Amino acid sequence: MIAKIVRESDLINLLGEWLKEYELIAPVKRDNLVVFDRVDSAGEVLFNYSNTVKSAKELLLPQSETLFTYSSVDHSASIEAHFNDAAPKLLFGVRPCDAKSFLLLDKVFDGERYKDAYYLNRRANTLVVTIGCVKPRTTCFCTSVNGGPFSEDGSDLMLIDIGDAYVVKVTSDRGAGLLEGAELEDAGEDDLASMKRVIQDAEASMSPKLAIEGRQENLESIFDDPIWGPLTEKCLGCGVCTYLCPTCHCFDIIDEARDSQGERIRVWDSCQFSQFTLQASGFNPRLTNKERLRQRVMHKFSYFPKNYGLTGCVGCGRCIQECPVNLDIRDVLNDLLMESVIK
Amino acid sequence: MKIEKVLVETEDRNIKTFSLSFANGADKSDFNYVPGQFAELSVLGKGEAPFGMASSPTQEGCLEFTVNKAGLLTTALHNMEPGDIVGVRGPLGNGYPLEQLEGGNIVIIGGGFGFSTLRALTNFMLDDRNRGRFGDITVIYGARNPGLVLYKDELEEWGKRDDLSLYMTVDSANGDWNGRVGLIPNIVKEVAPSADNTYALVCGPPVMIRFTLPVLQELGFPSDKTLLSLEMRMKCGLGMCGRCNIGSKYVCADGPVFTLAELSKLPQEH
Repeated sequence: MIAKIVRESDLINLLGEWLKEYELIAPVKRDNLVVFDRVDSAGEVLFNYSNTVKSAKELLLPQSETLFTYSSVDHSASIEAHFNDAAPKLLFGVRPCDAKSFLLLDKVFDGERYKDAYYLNRRANTLVVTIGCVKPRTTCFCTSVNGGPFSEDGSDLMLIDIGDAYVVKVTSDRGAGLLEGAELEDAGEDDLASMKRVIQDAEASMSPKLAIEGRQENLESIFDDPIWGPLTEKCLGCGVCTYLCPTCHCFDIIDEARDSQGERIRVWDSCQFSQFTLQASGFNPRLTNKERLRQRVMHKFSYFPKNYGLTGCVGCGRCIQECPVNLDIRDVLNDLLMESVIK
Repeated sequence: MKIEKVLVETEDRNIKTFSLSFANGADKSDFNYVPGQFAELSVLGKGEAPFGMASSPTQEGCLEFTVNKAGLLTTALHNMEPGDIVGVRGPLGNGYPLEQLEGGNIVIIGGGFGFSTLRALTNFMLDDRNRGRFGDITVIYGARNPGLVLYKDELEEWGKRDDLSLYMTVDSANGDWNGRVGLIPNIVKEVAPSADNTYALVCGPPVMIRFTLPVLQELGFPSDKTLLSLEMRMKCGLGMCGRCNIGSKYVCADGPVFTLAELSKLPQEH
């Protein structure tokens, strides 16, 4: 389909139209942080930002959600499943890394063996309008994990800022549906040339690529290598990496009761927490930060690709941005790969 | 499901076997399981935890779970009585590979309450409808002391059968015990089962497994015919919550039954 062009003022109008049909979730500034939040008017949408502090994963996998409520009386019990957030949503202004992360989450929650009805309910109702990254951050490494600042994976529409306007590419049928009735002009040759330049500049500005793709065996071969000790020594186990990560999906399930009624709730959890794998016997296969950080790295760069054919990381760099001890996963990977070659 | 019966298995009363019946008749035909699988038991308001199926599918209409009192949920379960309702989510996991086990001999080595799914398998094989499909069955079962022996009545029945060789042992005995005393790996060495056309199935505490495996290896059991049933902290039981993995395998969904050959390819993190 031919790329379209839209001026910012027209885009505001388009957002207004979309607001009539969808709950619009877009980047906004809250307490001086850029986050995704529901907006009631197009004017609230923030356009000038690099990336949100938190990823977009809570739209599909909320930080906490009620799975079902129950009530038990005498010798019987009744359970009522809760499918929340059924309203159609439009996620606007997400970056290509976060859009791609949904495809990774799909592998887990829309899997071959089991399909998570709660996740799927939201997934089916969420449209994704992505804005490409004309200015990737120094901490971005999407190109090292089979992504890119203008990757279309996971998007319904892709917007590329060429300065005075946005080129609009339709990247799915649902995206095409979003433009119905909008009557946007086709992008002209100059527009497309600008777009090409913007893309080239952005890609060239990115930090050097890591050679991490397809290196699962390298990582596995040094699983027991002593290098993991010094590599992980400064990790505090705070878990902020897992909190902000678009593809971290570990969760816990807990019950909350009030007398004979209550609910079962799914909440985010983190493999970085010391009790994550603690067994009732007291045995913990991941006793220290070293084992837990190793698990995170191996899961994203070895186990996940083994199981699903995709690297379990989208290179958004949030973990690098926010780690309180400046643990940089790119350095960790480089050190590991070098060690695996030496051995 | 409804608790029909609660049997206290051990002297210290820390292990109980619960027999459950289906609260909804329709569930009975939907719940098809094989020995080695597990289910997540719920006590509404307390939570959910995984327990191996202690019953054989040949025991129609009821499911049994042997529960060790170790924490919040298991304590709540232990405080329940016949007539109370528990939630059951399952069957989960891969179970024992019955097709591969058929036609050959089986050596079952169980320690402590890891024995419950092996007990399920044994009952399954001993059932009249199934016995003919399996060769010699040897069961080696041990507990730390006589008070901790599970399924005492059933074991007595097994001991009387001539289509099963049963060897029981305890780590240490008190006055009443007339049987063998000795650690399971040593008993396995003594019994020295033949590895010819035989599968060895092992389940028990990590230390027991660690010392039993070399004995089996020496007896000639190949690693692809040595099966272990593993335990891990679990939540979803479906391979989604990310908690129970060993390398790229989830113990809840790819296991809990693994061959030694499969495990040797995984990171040693269990």
